[in-house]
Amino acid sequence: MSALLTLSGVETHIGRYHILHGVELAVPEGQTTMLLGRNGAGKTTTLRTIMGLWRASRGEIRLGETRIEALATPDIARAGIGYVPETMAVFSDLTVRENLVLAAREGAMDEKRLDWIFGFFPPLKKFWLSRAGTLSGGQKQMLSFARAFIEERKLLLIDEPTKGLAPAIIGALIDCLKEVKRRGATILLVEQNFRVAQEIGDLVGVMDNGRVVHSGAMAELAADAGLQHLLLGLSLDTHQ
Amino acid sequence: MSAQDSIDAVAALPKARRDLIPLLLPVALALAALPFIPSSSTWVTLTIAGLAMGMMIFIMASGLTLIFGLMDVLNFGHGAFIAIGAYMAVLVLAPLGGWMQADSIWLNLAAVIPAVIVAMAVTAVLGLAFERVVIAPVYGQHLKQILITMGGMIVAEQILYALFGPQQIPLPLPTSLRGSFQIGEAAIEKYRVVCVLVGLVVFLSMLAILNRTRIGLLIRAGVENTEMVEALGYRITRLFVGVFMAGSALAGLGGVMWGLYREQVNAAMGGELLVLVFIVVIIGGLGSVTGCFIGALLVALATNYAGFLVPKLALITDIALMVAVLLWRPRGLYPVTSR
Repeated sequence: MSALLTLSGVETHIGRYHILHGVELAVPEGQTTMLLGRNGAGKTTTLRTIMGLWRASRGEIRLGETRIEALATPDIARAGIGYVPETMAVFSDLTVRENLVLAAREGAMDEKRLDWIFGFFPPLKKFWLSRAGTLSGGQKQMLSFARAFIEERKLLLIDEPTKGLAPAIIGALIDCLKEVKRRGATILLVEQNFRVAQEIGDLVGVMDNGRVVHSGAMAELAADAGLQHLLLGLSLDTHQ
Repeated sequence: MSAQDSIDAVAALPKARRDLIPLLLPVALALAALPFIPSSSTWVTLTIAGLAMGMMIFIMASGLTLIFGLMDVLNFGHGAFIAIGAYMAVLVLAPLGGWMQADSIWLNLAAVIPAVIVAMAVTAVLGLAFERVVIAPVYGQHLKQILITMGGMIVAEQILYALFGPQQIPLPLPTSLRGSFQIGEAAIEKYRVVCVLVGLVVFLSMLAILNRTRIGLLIRAGVENTEMVEALGYRITRLFVGVFMAGSALAGLGGVMWGLYREQVNAAMGGELLVLVFIVVIIGGLGSVTGCFIGALLVALATNYAGFLVPKLALITDIALMVAVLLWRPRGLYPVTSR
């Protein structure tokens, strides 16, 4: 299967800190690739570098055949990448509706697609005209997801979507991601929760110290407690 | 219960509390001053004068608050655009003295409207140049912004001195805006009513643009999180330039109105007004147009009442007001940006 996104030897500096040390990663089209690793391994920096929010100091990033590492963030977004940041970054002074109006770059929102989103996230319909700043943490994450899904994107970058959320909300997000996957979306997803990663991921890249130290099928990593312990310092069995 | 059921059963969202207290402050201030002023006609005159002055300060300050909120730029050069706007009106109106002195309101408007348009256009274009040449290299560096924009302000002021001289230059009101209405025993100057109307039009237009248009949504979103606006695919730098130009043009409009109000202009007027403009922006809450509007009215009303009741107190009214507001709300009346 051809890779939609390819990172080759990507290095990123933030100020005087050298964060990414030659990241090699391929994200195949139509698959969900999980990016795992300990805190500080460089997962969020990798997503932000792909989005152009931090500039790659060396290496290549390709979306399909197009090199994007030198493009400005708006151009990268317009090339077809949707981004759900770790902080959710909803516009709290804007209503739920206004947040989605901005995310629908091409103009009017597609009613069918909106209904589909409401099907997964009913609170967004309920609080359509409420300010996003008044939503709970889980509802803000739903809005952040909805912003990424309101239009068709070639690739979705999602950073730790389940962090700090209640189990019921996590369940809804997983259901939504599974449906998005079923529709053929390509996703690169950073996740600390290994159980969630196992449930959603087709492929996995494990990062440590600014590099991808393992890549392969998610199922293989999930089945190999020794490898999990080696790469992530955990075993799924201990989390049963 | 499935995950979806749990989501459906989400508790009702608490109603967003509408913060009306700051909106009531100018009214409360005006009513509080009433018992201390000997006659109601004097109170009406002072209040209308305060509202007019507040509207002019709002027009000058509104651009600055948006520039800070959206671009995180401390523009101490904003005062230069106020002065330049006023001088542009002098230049345009100089050959149109006959129309200004005519008894026809249409001839008066035929002189004043082009002066306003030219002042706003010139300050918008100069704002574009200022943003590209002076501001762009120091985005994100507040100390350098203060130094370089203050330097820009001084340079602009000195250029005005060199071109027009240090003396006060007359900018007379057109005939039809001179004089006053009599309502009961209160005399209300016509020009002050015009200032109130223009200020309201600018305020309501800004609210409409910010709340009803896509550009307005982008500005409001950009004030909160420029990075996420870019990640959604919008080129925020274009918006920056547009807002900077609009803010400079509003300063130019404010300069024309202030010059006509004082019926004279001088090169130092921008610098003198800048302190007041910054106080209003801080009182209102950085980035908030509504806060800026309320702050301008509060400052102008308080200065007018204090000037009448205890003239010496008027010298510190605006600073005292700012201290009081910040003690009550440290981020201003309606803070928008978390910076």
